[in-house]
Amino acid sequence: MAIYAAPGSADSVVTFKPRYDHYIGGEYVAPAKGQYFENPTPQTGQTFTEVARGTADDIEKALDAAEGAAPAWGKTSVGERANILNKMADRIEANLEKIAVAESWENGKAVRETLVADIPLAIDHLRYFSGAIRAQEGHLSQIDEDTIAYHFHEPLGVVGQIIPWNFPILMAIWKLAPALAAGNAVVLKPAEQTPASIHVLMDVVGDLLPPGVLNIVNGFGVEAGKPLASSPRIRKIAFTGETTTGRLISQYASENLIPVTLELGGKSPNIFFDDVAAQQDAFYDKALEGFAMFALNQGEVCTCPSRALVQGGIYDEFVAQGVKRAEQVKTGNPLDTDTMMGAQASNDQLEKILSYIDIGRQEGAKVLTGGERADLGGDLSGGYYVQPTVFEGNNSMRIFQEEIFGPVLSVARFNDYEDAMKQANDTLYGLGAGVWSRDTNTAYRAGRDIQAGRVWVNNYHAYPAHAAFGGYKQSGIGRENHKMMLDHYQQTKNVLQSYSNNAQGFF
Amino acid sequence: MTEISTSTDVTEQVAEVPGSGTGRVALSPQASELLVQLTDIHGPLMFHQSGGCCDGSAPMCYPDGDFKIGGQDVHLGDLTVEGLEKPIGFYMSASQFEYWKHTHLTVDVVKGRGSGFSVEAPEGVRFIIRSRLFTDDEVRDLGDL
Repeated sequence: MAIYAAPGSADSVVTFKPRYDHYIGGEYVAPAKGQYFENPTPQTGQTFTEVARGTADDIEKALDAAEGAAPAWGKTSVGERANILNKMADRIEANLEKIAVAESWENGKAVRETLVADIPLAIDHLRYFSGAIRAQEGHLSQIDEDTIAYHFHEPLGVVGQIIPWNFPILMAIWKLAPALAAGNAVVLKPAEQTPASIHVLMDVVGDLLPPGVLNIVNGFGVEAGKPLASSPRIRKIAFTGETTTGRLISQYASENLIPVTLELGGKSPNIFFDDVAAQQDAFYDKALEGFAMFALNQGEVCTCPSRALVQGGIYDEFVAQGVKRAEQVKTGNPLDTDTMMGAQASNDQLEKILSYIDIGRQEGAKVLTGGERADLGGDLSGGYYVQPTVFEGNNSMRIFQEEIFGPVLSVARFNDYEDAMKQANDTLYGLGAGVWSRDTNTAYRAGRDIQAGRVWVNNYHAYPAHAAFGGYKQSGIGRENHKMMLDHYQQTKNVLQSYSNNAQGFF
Repeated sequence: MTEISTSTDVTEQVAEVPGSGTGRVALSPQASELLVQLTDIHGPLMFHQSGGCCDGSAPMCYPDGDFKIGGQDVHLGDLTVEGLEKPIGFYMSASQFEYWKHTHLTVDVVKGRGSGFSVEAPEGVRFIIRSRLFTDDEVRDLGDL
């Protein structure tokens, strides 16, 4: 066990600068309007740095830099681009603790997670796309004896990316790795709630990329996100966030006739069939852990298993033991490596979660555990902490239908397989789902019948590169985390060539 | 200006500006005043209630027409603000309205930071929906949209 010193204290492994400008053309550039906004850490609520408040002028400057860099970057060999991604991965690995602590301070999440999940996954993601781009091949089709259709992959050019606040660095790398591997230049806007940690990352890797290939403009959605998403100068926009903003971004994209990838909300079911409890063994223990997975990243995950559906035969006993497991989730100082659950990412998010807990109570859902804000004392009293909370209710309640984005689990009972599928699919969303069963036939059928892009069978919350991730229904468009994402960042160029010396015979 | 609350209990009942809305949706005095300021900056405005995820479940306020309303949206009503020429339309996606149609909505504002592309975000405040369930009589009187 270890407790990392808070950034700002003398013995911290990371030092934030007092102010961050925009990162444009390989250097830091002050915002055109000269304005900055404060960035508090969710761990204590105290501001630790200020960040440039970008506007349309800054976006234009970043687009200038990206347009300047894109042609040469798109023509570098894939070997060279792959090497750069590998070097970025190596540098991040060598600075793992520094970046992990910065991410915990920025977002509020437990450093235990950033050390073993967020940052290692980001590293692996870069290496995966480094390998994927090296291994990618175009295709050819022989149309007839003299005519060949060649299909080349070409970069799109300049792309826009808007990043959410729940995994500020990992979600940025999810988007950056395929875009850069494919040879695009990027203008990226981090979430205004978590604008700073990516600049700690840029301190580590920024010099590896040619100037202008990656540009970062901070700011608010309406002031910086909109001019980026609606710009006729981008060839694609990628967004992770909520549904109405996703629609708005799609509308901007339609005006410019550019493609869009969206990763939006979820209300993921986690289904436990009776046979899970057939034995009290290691698998049963694993299933109980699966029940408690709603607390991962303080519940601030689009795939949070926020609805547990438990079959009638084991309901009482399994839920009682699952609640016990949830009660063992240790909340505390996020910089303590023993802490399992840290702070919510912002005061607004904390308040939203507490509101939903009120709504659940008023709807008649029963609180099985938690249900309150957590006061951790000392400096942490100003932070944004919630107790892991489990409600019992039914699937028509708002807490079962609306994404709370917090450590709040809603539990309901189901009778048989059909009932499980009906409740699981009775949602506007289709991002993730969990299925727990010892019966491979049941697990397989459920995996296929659930309308979601990712179904975890007998596990949950694993995000390896090389497993496609994305949504059905209102959860989005596109599949990240897999080489198929390269397609979303590439054009297909068809060269249709004739090897015949003879006239085609038309005229 | 009327003081802006820090209470974010969405089930709390707050005062509404009489005549500011309809049976389904209306404005608190604080929201009404903020909309005048925001109109000065951004021009005429509109609301679209968002669904979920990180920044979700908030009334998103956009320059009027910026968000294209289509066949999958429901118009809950127009909000009238003293001092503004045009009423402010309030919309929601039809699929979400199915879950919310039994609820009266009051658009209020609290201190904090709005999200997404909503225009109040840079001002250190955010719009919030306070809600209460309709009585059976109200549901009968409102009819369908």
